[in-house]
Amino acid sequence: MKRWTLWVPLALFALFIGVAAYQLTQPKDEFIASTMIGEPLPEFDLRAASLDRPALKTGDLRDGKPRLLNVFASWCIPCIAEAPHLETLRRQGVDIVAVAIRDRPQDVARFLANYGNPYSRIGADDLSEVQLAIGSSGVPETFVVDGQGIIRYQHIGDIRASDVPLLMQKLAEAQ
Amino acid sequence: MIAELGLAALWLAAALAVLQLVAGALSQRQGAEELAALVRPAAIVQGLVAAFAFLMLLVLFAQTDLSVKLVAMNSHSDKPMIFKLSGAFGNHEGSMLLWITVMALAGSLIAAVERRLPEKTMLATLAAQAFVGVGFYAFLLLSSNPFERLPVPALEGMGLNPLLQDIGLVFHPPTLYIGYVGLSVAFSFAVGALLTRQVTPDFARAMRPWVLGAWIFLTLGITAGSYWAYYELGWGGWWFWDPVENASLMPWLAATALLHSASVLASRDALRTWTIMLGVVAFSMSMVGTFLVRSGILTSVHAFAVDPERGTFILGLLVIYIGGALLLFGLRAGTVSEGTRFSVTSREGALVFNNVMLTALLGIVLLGTLYPLFTEAFDVRVSVGPPYFNPVGAIFVVPMLIVMAVGPLLRWRKDSLARIRLPLLIIGGATLAALVLISLLTSIAILPFLGLVLAVGLGIGSFMPIRGRKLRLLPIATWGMMVAHFGIAVALFGMASESAFSEETLAAVEVGGSADVGPWNIVLTEVSPTAGPNWTALEGRLLASYDGGTAIAVTPQSRNFWAPPQETTESALATRWNGQLYAVIGREAGEGRWQLRLWWKPFVTFIWYGGVLVALGGVLALIGRVMADLKRRAIKSRGAIRRAETAA
Repeated sequence: MKRWTLWVPLALFALFIGVAAYQLTQPKDEFIASTMIGEPLPEFDLRAASLDRPALKTGDLRDGKPRLLNVFASWCIPCIAEAPHLETLRRQGVDIVAVAIRDRPQDVARFLANYGNPYSRIGADDLSEVQLAIGSSGVPETFVVDGQGIIRYQHIGDIRASDVPLLMQKLAEAQ
Repeated sequence: MIAELGLAALWLAAALAVLQLVAGALSQRQGAEELAALVRPAAIVQGLVAAFAFLMLLVLFAQTDLSVKLVAMNSHSDKPMIFKLSGAFGNHEGSMLLWITVMALAGSLIAAVERRLPEKTMLATLAAQAFVGVGFYAFLLLSSNPFERLPVPALEGMGLNPLLQDIGLVFHPPTLYIGYVGLSVAFSFAVGALLTRQVTPDFARAMRPWVLGAWIFLTLGITAGSYWAYYELGWGGWWFWDPVENASLMPWLAATALLHSASVLASRDALRTWTIMLGVVAFSMSMVGTFLVRSGILTSVHAFAVDPERGTFILGLLVIYIGGALLLFGLRAGTVSEGTRFSVTSREGALVFNNVMLTALLGIVLLGTLYPLFTEAFDVRVSVGPPYFNPVGAIFVVPMLIVMAVGPLLRWRKDSLARIRLPLLIIGGATLAALVLISLLTSIAILPFLGLVLAVGLGIGSFMPIRGRKLRLLPIATWGMMVAHFGIAVALFGMASESAFSEETLAAVEVGGSADVGPWNIVLTEVSPTAGPNWTALEGRLLASYDGGTAIAVTPQSRNFWAPPQETTESALATRWNGQLYAVIGREAGEGRWQLRLWWKPFVTFIWYGGVLVALGGVLALIGRVMADLKRRAIKSRGAIRRAETAA
């Protein structure tokens, strides 16, 4: 073995350490942003997820009025946490429609009875198809959709009280 | 009180490690003999004290002491006892404590039994072992204290991830850890030998049982982990090239190479530098794997402790230990002479070839695992999977398997292929026959095809060393080698068959309805609720009959755990000698029909039988080596007594 070859392992290791150290100092972005922002909503036509709210299709979101599209599920714990803040938004006059992910009607009904129902329409997305098509990778997520059915903004994770003003502003911008 | 005892023991063990390091290092100089006497006792006591600390953690989990943060975060009073105990190492802090415990116990053991090496090398080795230990104690005590109390005791624990509440997982982590950490002994031996420039056949003999032992545990751990992923995750796959799986595969590849090169060094006094390098690399791979998993730097299903601060800490340890060892290697290895020469066509030649192939394979897996890390630095997110690993790995695996079938037939130092004509013809003939038969009877993809053909060749080749030898006189270690090589052939056969012949059916079946998969007919007779200690489930009762034979009941479940809330699918298996039926029940598809996912996987079980055979081969080799060592020691001491008598 030549003398210089003895240093190859150390050189390779130094390279690894360099990259690893660089990566460690980078903020880890856990959120996967939708690539659909600025794009029109994909075509869909979902059946109603609960008995007392109508179903949801793309056409419902092109009536000239900006609104929130909330992605939720009855089995989702953070969805419980954000329920009061959605209610706040509704009381400020925001129209909120929802997509219930992989859910059963009786579970959705129980969830809404327990934690409030701020939604004007709820579609059932049994296979996460619509969720994936609009670029959402988790529950809950909330989208600002303008009157032409174009996605304007994406909020990932549960809505906190501090997020309400920002969402109101994004809705105003979408007018 | 128990938590405090554990913590105190941990600090004490750390202090003993410092003592062992300082005394061992100072005793390298002339005239420090008093300190030298401290090293072995310090190592032994350190192991016992660390084991005591781990025992205390087990007690805390057994009692579900919710004033301890780790217990509150990872356990639950409703959990069955066995999962309470396994919960102790199903988390970051506990598993690091297990890691350090195994490492300290391994140190105790070499301190207690290893007398072959020059005392100075031994002290350097124990100092190196303590040096590695100190870093991990610091990591545990400063950033991952498992005994931390909560200011206010929790009312109830948060529970253990339901996927981990499985009997396989009780044994999987400790098995792998013993494997990973056992390699630290090889690392310390290599560092000790570099420090004292004593790279001798004796060094290889001293190191070999440790590598073998660690390697057996790694083999079992990987095999068990693969089977667990197969039946618990409900996807029907047995290997996903997930970073954590790769993290366990890489030390295994390095240890396999090390095992073989240590054999060459032990019997032929060749490959000195190479063996030293592999000794350093094997444990380095364990540490790199741990770093990758624990820092959260790579996304993995196993990443249960994503914490950049810990990542930085482990990275620091890597720089000190791996960087230091490789630096020492660069400085010192040049002064270690290469040892005896040998010809290409010889046992050594074959072993070197396979060593290079194994190392290349290790490089391939490492590159594939780290590649996302490199590209992410340029803001490109990629995930590397089977389309890379399988074909690129095959480039090195295929020649390696061929040499594996032939190599053991060759003699040491110098041989000719003409001498082993007959066994070569037998192996070649069988391989060719398999090739023709398989290509005539089936039309399967190239990789599984190669796998099946080579499995036949290697399966026959692995027992060729018996030829012309008296079975009774064949050393146990040789039996070990044959069984392990045969195990590789068996596992390869299972992998190839699973990939070539699996059949899958996805059906929505109403109660009373049926579905077919491969030779199986499956009838859904009932779907009923059932409950366990901390879950409820919908259980499907299926009657499965193979080829019109008697029906067997299979009961897949869709489980709901409530602490923490999570849904898991429990697959159900029907095992025959020639494969497995794998059934998963999904949610109700509407109108009283249920989603059934069924696979027929011919000979899939051979993958794990093969793994177990490989480990068994290791056990036989270990028994053979240890017995030979004991015999050698007895002869030596008898000789010493006789010499003493003659002198008197």
